[in-house]
Amino acid sequence: MTGSDGPCRAPYAMIESWLRDTPPDLMEAKRRNAEVLFRRIGITFAVYTEGGDPERLIPFDIIPRVLDSGEWQYLSRGLEQRVKALNAFLRDVYGEREILRAGKIPAELVLHNSMFTPEMQDLAVPGGVFTHVCGIDLVRVGPEDFYVLEDNCRTPSGVSYMLENRAVMMRLFPDLFNRNVIRPVSHYPDELMDALQSVSPPNCEGEPTVAVLTPGAFNSAYFEHSYLADEMGVELVEGPDLVVDDAIVYMRTTEGLKRVDVLYRRVDDDFLDPLTFRPDSMLGVPGIMHAYRAGNITLANAVGAGIADDKAVYMYVPEFVRFYLGEEPILKNVPTWDCRHKDQLSYVLDHLDELVVKEVHGSGGYGMLVGPKASREERETYRQILLARPEDHIAQPTLALSTCPTFVDGGIAPRHVDLRPFVLMGKEIRIVPGGLTRVALREGSLVVNSSQGGGTKDTWVVGTDDPAPGEGARA
Amino acid sequence: MRLNIRHRTVYRYDRPIAYAIQTLRLTPSPHDGLHILSWRLRGETRRPLTASTDGFGNVVHCHTVNHPHDSSAVFVEGEVETQDTAGVVRNAPDPLPPLYFLQPTPLTGVTPRIDAFAQEAVGGISAPLDRLHQLMGAVRDAVDWQLGRTAVHTDADEALAEGAGVCQDHAHLFIAACRALGTPARYVSGYLWTGNHNEEFEANHAWSEAFVPGLGWVGFDPANRVCPNEYYVRCAVGPDYRGAAPVRGLVRGEAVEEMEVQVRVTQAAGAQQ
Repeated sequence: MTGSDGPCRAPYAMIESWLRDTPPDLMEAKRRNAEVLFRRIGITFAVYTEGGDPERLIPFDIIPRVLDSGEWQYLSRGLEQRVKALNAFLRDVYGEREILRAGKIPAELVLHNSMFTPEMQDLAVPGGVFTHVCGIDLVRVGPEDFYVLEDNCRTPSGVSYMLENRAVMMRLFPDLFNRNVIRPVSHYPDELMDALQSVSPPNCEGEPTVAVLTPGAFNSAYFEHSYLADEMGVELVEGPDLVVDDAIVYMRTTEGLKRVDVLYRRVDDDFLDPLTFRPDSMLGVPGIMHAYRAGNITLANAVGAGIADDKAVYMYVPEFVRFYLGEEPILKNVPTWDCRHKDQLSYVLDHLDELVVKEVHGSGGYGMLVGPKASREERETYRQILLARPEDHIAQPTLALSTCPTFVDGGIAPRHVDLRPFVLMGKEIRIVPGGLTRVALREGSLVVNSSQGGGTKDTWVVGTDDPAPGEGARA
Repeated sequence: MRLNIRHRTVYRYDRPIAYAIQTLRLTPSPHDGLHILSWRLRGETRRPLTASTDGFGNVVHCHTVNHPHDSSAVFVEGEVETQDTAGVVRNAPDPLPPLYFLQPTPLTGVTPRIDAFAQEAVGGISAPLDRLHQLMGAVRDAVDWQLGRTAVHTDADEALAEGAGVCQDHAHLFIAACRALGTPARYVSGYLWTGNHNEEFEANHAWSEAFVPGLGWVGFDPANRVCPNEYYVRCAVGPDYRGAAPVRGLVRGEAVEEMEVQVRVTQAAGAQQ
């Protein structure tokens, strides 16, 4: 809530008084309550490659992160602009490729990128939408200074935490919601459903049938898949529940086969269609690409969207905003060194102790080096990795991330936070006010990934800039 | 030249399977050397197969059999008018830029062995077209035409090491060697007329194309040491066999599959020269 160690920003005044006025033992009881509630809901997180308890809870911190409506307005304008540009890039890159001809991004970076999916070339995705659900990871380094850390255009997860965090907070602290105008988030599933139905495929007649495709119960985000399907009131299906007949996708139901028009798929591209992509995939639907090409199904997000959130492509997103929208980007990019260039690589090697080095195609905080926190040995190991595969890495400066008061063992202390708002794109763009705030629970840590000891917080956008009532009004 | 193509593929299973689906890349697209007079695909069911165009510009059909069955078949019948363009392919659908076809694929990886082979094959030659002709001959010299020595998943490097293979292996080696030399190259599947002897083949033919600045895509058939002429009917292209495979299929059910293929390419009646 402060840029550094200065005084709290205005929106936090109410949090401050709340913390001051609530007896510590009551707060402690509420924290225990929160854990019980999360266990009961069953929202747990399994972490790949870590082992341990797969039913582990992501730690939840009961002190919310607060944005005022002015800040939110600025952010949502920036997010809408950015997602429009990402979507325009995808339409272009699988179509005319004007941006390559204009020389705004190196052709090799796109065409030789493992995320470039030639099968998508000239495929007319319904409504021209590739990025139905985007999670844009932001950090704040100053009052009006937000940076985009990364764009998630494939199957961003975490929205169920945003929703559950809010539900738990409303149960624990109904008074807070009575006293303050906190903008609601609970309508997210309705907005998602509207967005999906608004871009039904050309061959769909009548009310589009939506389903959620999950890789299955062993997937770390399975809870979210089933949660969203429930909330939208649609079927949750796995690959074997679907069948393609004559380029039409059907799901098996107790009443026989039922045609599916829009699939919110949480299965990665590689596994989506064994007839087109990895032949060994048991999670996908053989032939679904036929249905896609024939205009018989909408896939959300579109196949091939990963080229837009590739970490090497990331560097060019501000250029996309200028090229496709003719606007100056509202949200900034973190300055990035691309190790494929010799001069940039040598800068990175000389400043390993200051920089964060990331794998270009990696995700979720695996395979990264946080220079200032790393030991000499770890830096040396990474130096060798960089020299061996420079083209797979980028580097960024460590930013002075904003902090938010957080419960820790010794009481309340500032901890670094980021923010993942979820941007929905159907016929129009909708953003539920807020998002998922992740907090680095270890003192001084900048890594907020839940796989790396991060926790979450409820995110409040307070005040209204339109007459819609907040949840507080009807709590 | 007017060519008639009949291609029949029958699948038999030792016990019934519940479901089968196939991607068929068995339909040519017209270009300057190929005019399509008629072309018909027929699957197991009476309804016409749903067609679309894939990312490489190929016409693909979706063939599904969604009921228990122990055999199914795909028939192709078509008539085309061809012209010799000395291998140059003009005005074919070609949605992806040549640069895309410069990167290695699982079946056409550039290994040190392939790199050395390519460099040696074109050593001392500088004209792009001459280099490719030289390379085509070198591929054929290095890989003897022999059935049964390689399989569909054999890659270019393995074929070179084996020193024997079929047209698919020749194409893969040529493609990998081209890419090693910085020339975009790709795989082509299609049909080949080999004379009026009423002979039946057990497979389609495969060759390759290399991108030559100023000319565009030019076909090279290393298996026969020629650039495709009026005897060739080009059906599908891709970065390697997997992208241009005439048929890719999956079944639901446990059964042993037996496949029988008959390809007959004849000079159309009434058009004898």
